[in-house]
Amino acid sequence: MSGDPIGRVRWSSAHSNIRSEWPEVSFEDRIGTTRFDVHERAHIVVDGAVCADCSTRECVVACPAKLFVPTADGGILFNYEQCFECGTCYLVCNREGAITWTYPEGGHGVVFRRT
Amino acid sequence: MSDTVADAAPADVDVVVVGAGPAGSCAATVLARAGHSVVLLERGPFAGSKNMYGGVVYPRILDQLHPQWWEHAPVQRWVVRRSTMLLTDTQALTVDFRTQSWAAPPYNGATAYRPDFDHWLAGLAEADGAQLVCATTAVGLLRDEAGRVVGVRTDRPDGDLRARVVIACDGVNSFLAKEAGLYTATDAANYTLGVKETLALPKEVIDERFGVRDREGVDIEILGGTGGVNGGGFVYTNLDTLGVGVVLKLPALAAQSARPEQIIAGLKEHPAIAPLVEGGEIKEYSAHLIPEAGRSMMPTLATDGMLVAGDAAAMCLAAGIWLEGVNFAMASGIAAGEAASEALRRGDVSTAGLAGYERRLHDSFVLRDHEKLRRAPALVLSDRVQHQYPQFVADVVERMFRVDNPAAKPGLNRIVREERKRSGLRWRDLLRDAIDGARTFG
Repeated sequence: MSGDPIGRVRWSSAHSNIRSEWPEVSFEDRIGTTRFDVHERAHIVVDGAVCADCSTRECVVACPAKLFVPTADGGILFNYEQCFECGTCYLVCNREGAITWTYPEGGHGVVFRRT
Repeated sequence: MSDTVADAAPADVDVVVVGAGPAGSCAATVLARAGHSVVLLERGPFAGSKNMYGGVVYPRILDQLHPQWWEHAPVQRWVVRRSTMLLTDTQALTVDFRTQSWAAPPYNGATAYRPDFDHWLAGLAEADGAQLVCATTAVGLLRDEAGRVVGVRTDRPDGDLRARVVIACDGVNSFLAKEAGLYTATDAANYTLGVKETLALPKEVIDERFGVRDREGVDIEILGGTGGVNGGGFVYTNLDTLGVGVVLKLPALAAQSARPEQIIAGLKEHPAIAPLVEGGEIKEYSAHLIPEAGRSMMPTLATDGMLVAGDAAAMCLAAGIWLEGVNFAMASGIAAGEAASEALRRGDVSTAGLAGYERRLHDSFVLRDHEKLRRAPALVLSDRVQHQYPQFVADVVERMFRVDNPAAKPGLNRIVREERKRSGLRWRDLLRDAIDGARTFG
């Protein structure tokens, strides 16, 4: 597993010298460890028009799968494919109608490991 | 999207149980054994495939359903050490308890992979006669003209499934319970996000680092170490992996700038945690919501033709030193199965006919524990407990054990007085929280 180091929470500025020895994995490698059987239908739909004038954007920091990405033009880029189906995004979202959330088709979506 | 169906149409089965997690599989087992026709729906490709936790299973409730369950349950390790840890930036205070009596039947807690454990439990329901149907999502309720629940609509072609009773065990997001109007509101503050890394390490390395052997396992629960976000952390030993992760209160997570995986990375770098997890390669990254607020967020548990159990009914217990859920799910599933069976026998599946469910929960540990600990979730996630007490307590202990010669030992009273002053904590708040804590956990 390889990749660029990502930002990390530090214990405090006085102790930022406390760093572990092993390299942190990139987000792509991290999410690559999880199995997703993606269905062609997007089970979550995000209305970019509603997101465009949202300044708080709780989804961007909270989604554990990092599916909400701010774009240069002030929008939100959303991809449903590598989704844990956890529900965090619709719960933290403060904008009515921004996120339409359903489960993927039966048999699809995230598949956690048995071993 | 409820769909009204004609009253006259006969039910396809006695009961449809939605969700083959611990609640659903136990409900289905009870019903199948009582001779009812049961369909157990699972939206994943196999039972357990959507499920993860940061945790320990306490399976003693299975004694009645599956005696000697420990002989075949797919367990990783039996927990013989429970550590509760307070972390500050540079300190760690651990209360570590170990007993060998938890290393032998009937055991206490076990680590297990949920997809493995839940798959096993659903297989037992199937063996008892429940019809397990995987890869099928329940997308809505079917109701008759009077509004009574009479089945579910699935995403299969011709996927309407009519049943005399629906038991919703469809997990923390339970769209079925919401659709039935059993939740009055959905408040993000009632939920935490659990995120976890499964880290591969050789078994001998885990045994050595955690001081265990054979199938002995360790459960470390952590207060602090979450980058200032209200919540907690955990480290669990599996046979040749560790489960390492954090639980984060949703509004607190959303109000700051560190992402969940960055907060885990921070925990893994803490001087007290790093030596335990070092070198572990990520085998799987996973996440799930937890209904954290316990009793105060529970929905109405029954309506005409329908019961709610497990996480769908917020049965998970997140009470600081007690973090349980699978046992509550299994027990509520058993109670739902018994109550539904009783209602079917009497021919009354109305809300009143299904009242035996809530009565059973009140008589069992499920609602007794939740009632007793109803104040715990809010107290444990409160700002003082989260952000001020760990530092205060760790500073008191550090001074107790610091040898300041040539100065003489200051005595505990003086240390507490001085550290209290330094922490900015008010006696009034300390007293109030102490009383609150005593009432909550006493």
